Amino acid sequence: MNAKPIIEVKNVYKHFGAVRALDGVSLKVYPGTVMVIIGPSGSGKSTLLRCMNHMEVENQGEVWVEGEQLNGNQKHLNRIRSEIGMVFQLFNLYPHLTVLENITLAQRIVKKMSKKEAVENAMRQLTRVGIAEKADVHPQKLSGGQQQRVAIARALAMKPKIMLFDEPTSALDPEMIKEVLDVMLLLAKEGITMVVVTHEMGFARAAADEVIFMDEGLIVEHGTPEQLFDHPVHPRTKQFLSQILSH
Amino acid sequence: MIEETSPVRADEVHISLDKKSLRTKLEKFPWWFVALLLIIITSYIVIATNPNYKEAFEFIRIGLSITITTTLSAFVIALFIGLVTGLGRISQSVIFRNLATLYVEFIRGVPMLVLIFFIAFAGVPAVVGGLNALGQWLQSIGVDFLAAPLIALENKNIDMILRGVIALSVTYGAFMAEIFRAGIQSISPGQMEAARSQGLSFWQAMYFIILPQAIRNVLPALGNDFVAMLKDTSLVSVLAVRDITQVARLYAGRSFRYDEAYTTLVIMYLSMTVILSLCVKYLERRFHRNER
Repeated sequence: MNAKPIIEVKNVYKHFGAVRALDGVSLKVYPGTVMVIIGPSGSGKSTLLRCMNHMEVENQGEVWVEGEQLNGNQKHLNRIRSEIGMVFQLFNLYPHLTVLENITLAQRIVKKMSKKEAVENAMRQLTRVGIAEKADVHPQKLSGGQQQRVAIARALAMKPKIMLFDEPTSALDPEMIKEVLDVMLLLAKEGITMVVVTHEMGFARAAADEVIFMDEGLIVEHGTPEQLFDHPVHPRTKQFLSQILSH
Repeated sequence: MIEETSPVRADEVHISLDKKSLRTKLEKFPWWFVALLLIIITSYIVIATNPNYKEAFEFIRIGLSITITTTLSAFVIALFIGLVTGLGRISQSVIFRNLATLYVEFIRGVPMLVLIFFIAFAGVPAVVGGLNALGQWLQSIGVDFLAAPLIALENKNIDMILRGVIALSVTYGAFMAEIFRAGIQSISPGQMEAARSQGLSFWQAMYFIILPQAIRNVLPALGNDFVAMLKDTSLVSVLAVRDITQVARLYAGRSFRYDEAYTTLVIMYLSMTVILSLCVKYLERRFHRNER
């Protein structure tokens, strides 16, 4: 990679009370690439993702986004966050707003877009995730898969430089996982920079440029999907993969 | 399959089901409410036809405007105090959080009647004295345009109705703070996270995302507080404020018609609270229907 990384995590430690979620983690995310983070629950993968836009603040170490270090400055942080899209496990759509309003709100408040501009952009994003006909309904009327696609459209509408996905299919019924993964694959093909925490190994294989395996707050092994899935080196990686791929 | 050959049998089942549903309907019917309405209607018929009751009603009615304006103004101020204090209770700032909690716990530990006496006869004079002193100080440093009105302020400028409104607002502000706090805390933390992740500031997220949901959730509780406040305005009669309670006492003392005065007073409060409670229930149902 010759380009500069969009996100750089340098030797980050994070603990919650006595629990050490991250125990000295470093990585770089390059523009146009898809990074998938896998690992058992409690391995710190979600915490690592949430450190990237300071939803969690590291206890030690540094997080750099686009050449700027995230510090305590709230204004700076708000601006950086508006350029990082985040998709949550539980969608977190705003239930008191319609689908369209869910998408236009931050554009209008944070990006100060005109209403017309925001609505047009929102409709483009809804079309992109294949759900434009639901623009005027409230999120509760949608299925889980549809809600997650709206959440993706909401993040995309901010024209983010990078998208973070925090286990986006873990709360979905099995028959709805595919529609969300299809949208994510589409985005990956479009060249959007993504960091995805997931248990969907099929998606990792198909979309990832780099797969990271984490365990107990550390990056145990990383490489291309082929390297990691077909020729894992570390015994812990082999054990994890055999456990989830055995059936 | 269960044998279902005989149509007679099916009919019997049908009839017995019908009987049962009629019975449960009768059991669930709100008889108490019909009785309550009958009490109110009968009383108003008596008031309309019996000259003694009519006289009492016409006299007490004069206090209605004070009861209603006191309730409305104290409620609006209490809403404001409650929202600010409720936000203070969940504030990240140690100072705001402790100040808000101190206020709430202080108010909750003192009877409302005692607070009304305290605020009207000790609190307000103390604040007036403080403002006078502030005025003196401003005069000494030469800010005369601010100093003059402050020095001129006297206890007698603040009438008892206003003191009653202040006392009720301060008391109910503490109750409402707890309602708002619970309402805000009932919203999933994911809502704040999603808004913050898009670059909204804490207060923008609070205003656009959290509060609209929280306030909708607490509307029934606020409605109940409104009804409770209407009743508690009767306490300001101890300040000789001429609300319906005070006027009823005056009438009873003057005419010695205690039955007429206090029965009429009860019916007036009851009819107002019953109507308001119905409105609250209606609102509650409407909001529940809109959800999910």
